[in-house]
Formats: sequence, C-alpha cells, structure tokens
Amino acid sequence: MSRAVRFAPLALLLLVIAGLVWRLSTPADTNVRSRLAGKPVPAFNLAAPLPGKPAFSSRDLAMGRPRLVNIFASWCVPCITEVKVLKQLQSRGVAIDGIAIRDRAGDIAAFLARNGDPYARIGSDEQSALQIALGSSGVPESFVVDGRGIIRYQHIGAVEAADVPLILSQLEQAR
Amino acid sequence: MMAEIGLAALWLAAGLAALQLVFMPAGLRSAVELSGTMRPVAVAQGALTALAFAMLLVLFARTDLSVALVVANSHSAKPFVYKVAGAWGNHEGSMLLWVTVLAVSGAFIAILSRRLSERTLAAALGAQAALALGFYTFLLLASNPFGRLAPAPLEGRGLNPLLQDPGLAFHPPTLYLGYVGLSVAFSLAFGALLTGEVDSRLARAMRPWVLAAWVFLTLGITAGSYWAYYELGWGGYWFWDPVENASLMPWLAATALLHSINVLAARGALKAWTMMLAVIAFSMSMVGTFLVRSGILTSVHSFAIDPERGTYLLILLGLYVGAAFTLFAWRGASLKEGAPFELVSRESGLVVNNLLLSVILGTVFVGTLYPLFVEALSGEKLSVGAPYFNIVAGPLALLLAVLVGAGPLLSWRRERRPVLKRLVVPALIGVAAIVATFVIAPKMGFLPRLGFGVAAFLAIASLLPLAGRNPLRAPLATWGMVVSHFGIAVALAGMAANSAFTKETLAVARTGERLAVGPWLIQLDSVTPAAGPNWTALEAELHASRGHGREVLRPQTRYFTSPQMETNEAAIQTFWDGQLYTVLGKADPAGGWQLRLWWKPFVTLIWAGGALIGLGGALSLAGRAWRTRRRRPEPEWRTRYA
Repeated sequence: MSRAVRFAPLALLLLVIAGLVWRLSTPADTNVRSRLAGKPVPAFNLAAPLPGKPAFSSRDLAMGRPRLVNIFASWCVPCITEVKVLKQLQSRGVAIDGIAIRDRAGDIAAFLARNGDPYARIGSDEQSALQIALGSSGVPESFVVDGRGIIRYQHIGAVEAADVPLILSQLEQAR
Repeated sequence: MMAEIGLAALWLAAGLAALQLVFMPAGLRSAVELSGTMRPVAVAQGALTALAFAMLLVLFARTDLSVALVVANSHSAKPFVYKVAGAWGNHEGSMLLWVTVLAVSGAFIAILSRRLSERTLAAALGAQAALALGFYTFLLLASNPFGRLAPAPLEGRGLNPLLQDPGLAFHPPTLYLGYVGLSVAFSLAFGALLTGEVDSRLARAMRPWVLAAWVFLTLGITAGSYWAYYELGWGGYWFWDPVENASLMPWLAATALLHSINVLAARGALKAWTMMLAVIAFSMSMVGTFLVRSGILTSVHSFAIDPERGTYLLILLGLYVGAAFTLFAWRGASLKEGAPFELVSRESGLVVNNLLLSVILGTVFVGTLYPLFVEALSGEKLSVGAPYFNIVAGPLALLLAVLVGAGPLLSWRRERRPVLKRLVVPALIGVAAIVATFVIAPKMGFLPRLGFGVAAFLAIASLLPLAGRNPLRAPLATWGMVVSHFGIAVALAGMAANSAFTKETLAVARTGERLAVGPWLIQLDSVTPAAGPNWTALEAELHASRGHGREVLRPQTRYFTSPQMETNEAAIQTFWDGQLYTVLGKADPAGGWQLRLWWKPFVTLIWAGGALIGLGGALSLAGRAWRTRRRRPEPEWRTRYA
C-alpha cells in the first residue's frame, strides 16, 4: 500500500474537521439576501392605499436622488419601533417610500396615526408580489435605491437607532 | 441522595478508565497479567456507569424535581413510560446512555474475549478506556446530568410531545446500542493495528460485536423511519435529512464491515481494508452524534442544539479518529495480505459488495456535507435534497441488490461451477415481474419498475443457498444470511410499490362530505374534542369503505400543554394490501376541515423488510454463538491462512 493511500484517510479527516470547525465558528446565516443588489428595481406600479398619499411606482425611484424604500406592514410588531427611527432619518433629509405588505387601508391609516408617518409615498402590495420580485423574504426590510433606480443596499430586519449612520453612509455612497 | 450516588459513580468510573489506560503500556509489553489488572478494572468501570444510569432512570421514574435535568424534560402528568424515556430524551441523559453502553461493552470484551492474544486485548481495552475517558470528561465538565436545583420547582417543563411516542421512546437507545457497539470494533481494530496481529482470530472476535451493532442499527433505523412516517404526518418513510443520513452512514459502513470481516475470518484476506472499515464505521457513528448534538446542519431532528457541546464532541472526534487514521498510516504498510483468490470467487463478490457500499456511503457523505463546504469556500448557499440521493444512490443500491442474489452462490477461492445457470429461474421471474408492471401500470416510472424486477429476482435468488440441501440442516448463520437478503427484496418491493401506486387526496371537507382516494370512499362524519393525560385534541371520525366493509379512522390534532405544542396524530389502518393514512388538518373559515388522505399499497413491506434484515442478523449471531459454545475445532482449511 503506497504512502499516499495510507495517509489519504487522515488528510480527508483533517479536511472534514476544518469544514466543521468553520461551521461551528461561523453560525449559518439564515438571512435571505436579494439577488437584485447592484441591479435595477423591477418595474412596478402600486396603488395608493391612502387617499392623501401619492401612489408608488418604479418611475418614482429614478429621479436622480437616492431613496430609501421600506417594506412594512401595520400588522408587523418590529415595524412600530422602526417607524420612529425612520422619522429621524426623514428629519435628516432622507426620502423614504413605503411598501405596505398584505395590508388594509384602514389599518395602515391607524398605524401611521399612532406611530408617525415617515413616508413620501406608499404603495400597497396586497399579494406580496413586489416583495417577492425584490427578493425580500420578510417584513420589515429596507432597500437603498440610487438616483438611477439601481438597488445599492439591502437592510434585513428593522432599521434600529444604531443603524442610522450605516443607512446614511449607504445613501451618501449611492449619491 | 440518588443524584449524588450517580455523580459519584461517574467520577469513580472516570478514575477507573484512567487507571485502565495507565495499565495499557504494561499490558502491551506483556509485563502484567491482564486478569489481575485491566480485566477487573474494565468490569468495575462498566458496573459503575450502569449504576449511574440506573440512578438517572429512577430519578426520572419518580419525577424528582430537585434535579435540573428532570425539571427540564419531565412533567408529573406524563405517562409512566415517557417519564422513563425522558431519561434519554435529552442531551445529558443520552450522553450518559452512550457512555454506559460504551463502558458495559468494554466490560464484556474484558470478560468474553478469550480468543485474542493478551497484547491485542490490552491494546483494545486501552483504546476503549481512552474513548470512555473522553466522554466521562465531557459529561462531568460540560453536561452533568445530575445537577440539582434549589429550591425545587413545583412542576417540570415536560418532554417534547413529538418524542412522546412508543416508537421514539425506544428508537434512540436502539441506535445508540448500534453506534456504540461499533466502538468495540474500533477498539479491537486499534489494538490489532498497534500489535500488528490482524488475523482471522481477530476477525472472529470482532464479528459478533459488529453483527450485534449492525442488528441494533438496522432495527433502530427501521423504527425511526416508521416513527417519521406516522408521527410527522407527511406520509413519507425517508427524507434524506442530515440526521437520517447520519444514522445511515454508520449502517452502510457496518454492512460493508460485516461482509469483509467474513473474508478476513475465513481466508485471512482484506486485512487493511477491514481495519479501515472498522475505524470508519465508528467514525461515522461519532460524526452522526456530532451532527445531531451540535445542530450545525438544519434538520427536522434539531431537538438539542448547542455549539459549545458541538465543539467538545468535535475535539473528541478529531482525537480518536485522527489517532486511528494515524496508526493506520503508520502500520498499514506492515499488513501482509492473506490468501489469494480468483476473479470469480466469493471473495471477489464480497469485494464488489464492499466497493458498492463504500461508493453509496461516499455519495451520502458528500451529499450531506457538500452544502457546508460550498458555503465555506464560495459563500454560496445551497441545499442537497432527495433528488440527488435518489438519482445517485438509488441505481447503485439496485445494482447491489442484483449482486446480493449472486454473491452467496459463489464459493471461496475460486468458482468452477456455472453459477449463472442457477440464476436463470430468478432472472426469468424478475423479467416477468417487469413485464407484469407494463401490463398493470403502463405509466409507472423507470426506477420503481426496475425495483419490482430486482425485488422479484432477489426474492427467489436469495433462497437458493438453501436449495439443493436439507434446509433444516443448514447452519443457522446461513439461514440468517438468507433471511436478511430476502428482507432486502421485501423492503425493495415495498419502496417500489410506495413510489408507484401511492394515491393522495388533499381537500377541505365539511361533515357529511365524501372524498375518494384510490379505491376508497371516505366520509367525514364528525369532528369532536378529545382528551388524554397531558393533551387535548380535536378528533375527526372518518368512515372508509371500498365497496365492502366499513372502517372507522380517528385522526387527531393534539394540543400538548407542557410544553405547548401541536402535533398531528395520523390515523392509519393497515390492510393486507396496504395502508390507509389519514391526517386531520386545520379548520377552514367556511366550516370545513382540511383532510389529507393517502392510500399506500404494500407500504408496510418496507418496514417488514427492515425487520427481516435485522432478524437475519440476529439469527446469524445466535448461530455463531451456538457454534462457539460447542467449541468445535477449526477446520484445517480455515486455519491454514490464519
């Protein structure tokens, strides 16, 4: 039996252990990343759920200025805390558009009245069709879209106070 | 007091294991008599761990809520059998069970092994002590099962309801007996590699352990498969889930070992290969334990996830398997291959069997770990599912099943008789079965069709070793082989029937409404509340009929209170020609109920086959034990090459 054959099992074992050590030290990331990062937003045209608020379509995103697109819902608990942070961002000059997922007009109005309204436009995505097209797997999520309508950054989960500098720098880079 | 006795027994056992290891070098130099040193130490160590495990069983049986482990996994309202099963239905208890089986096996090697040389036995007992020592350290430092809680709470948190099932209460211990039984093969191989005494004596000492471990693994996997089938409510019997694969891999390695060890025992050949397989079989058991306990692969079995414990187990795995592989690399060159054999001979047949089993093992191993490596190297996430395993392992398994029909007809060294002639009848029957499937079900898929053909061929061919002689005078070991091989044909027929003929109906039905599935007409009569000792349920009453007779089925959705969880209790009715499988789902807002109905012709053959395979192993074990007791002198042709 040649030396190579005799040492092969040991080499294979070391390889497998290296893989397992890597996995133990880097726990699996269960977030689903969108494949659209760096690509244009798919074309869409959402209806306005609220009478006083303009509707939201993909044309609104290629107006020369980066915007934050926020996926939210009135039934989503983390969204309640997120809205306050979005208000902060809005007060620092960030343009934010909302996509309401599987929601009702009355519930959205009540949600915004109670928690505040950071949105320039709101579109209603009743069947999650746009959410799926964007590659978003949950609510809330946010996308930084640059002035040419290209997705530059995906933020999974609620935007928290600690994330504000990150979001601002992403918007700055997208300029 | 009991918890303290258990803990003390564990510490003492750990000390004895260290002592046993200290004796090993002296034993290897033949400087001490084993009967005065290692043998009694091993026996005492086994007895002490058994005592510790018994204490844990008593604590669980009494629901002693001052013990943290009991609080976390038991509840006073639980049925008694699940109170006891709770002892091993958790991480700490199952690791204690593991080390108990390990130490008790060590004691049995010390008592029973009279055939081995003292040096090899000393090395094997030393290896067994090293294995046990690692697990004692793990238990005592990182997962103490006997920790107390003060003040004691009034009630425990209960056992995961999915585990409160007779099938599952006994599935883990059975598998563990198999996993850990392979540790003996590992230790014996380690000892023999160290002393260089890899011969037929070693093979004959190792064989009963491998056989017993293999029987337990077979039964454990069969029971686990049936549990998944009826308890998870999906109607499938195998999902290629990482943890299922983790139990299949040691089984595949043990099956290969079981066959190659016969070559070593009878002909003194395949030395290095058999030692390698013995090491791999136990390594696969440790990989399996690691995957289940660390929870690093996503799985339906992720009952106990803890990366820190995973790290500990990985260190043990690396140490033991690494040591064995290093020893193999160092000593492998000095192993002289035994008696030569010709191309057409039983040896070649068994070599082909081993090659195929190893390739299937490699396929499953790669498929299970591939996603992890792809992500480590490229960052891309993917999953490997049933289609890969079915496409790659399925045809190989069918090829193996065909060869199982031919292999036992070959004789040792060289085959002069025309074996193919004896296979004409089985082959014709196999072809007839395939033709019949074209008539009965013209649209059947390719693999199930082939499966029926191979099953029919093997069912007849597997009986041939008993043909042409008085079957009652055939050795019990031969009977065991025939029963096991016939079991493969039975299980294969069940799998083919399940994938070819299963009929499924998913529908919403109001009470009084009727649904059809296969030949059955099923009426939903009522949905009413029901209650058990620690659960409440909604129970549907279904009346099923296929032209004659009337069967009543009562599937339930159970709501367990501690811990809070909902489970589906499928109602399954078994007939001679199949199973009717019904699951009650959620209520529909419009007043209907979701029902899932399956008609699965001959599906029971899958587990009947699994049971036959295990029974064959048990017969063979009994036969060999019987022959050993009679102490017949070894025939000259057996010892010539030893």
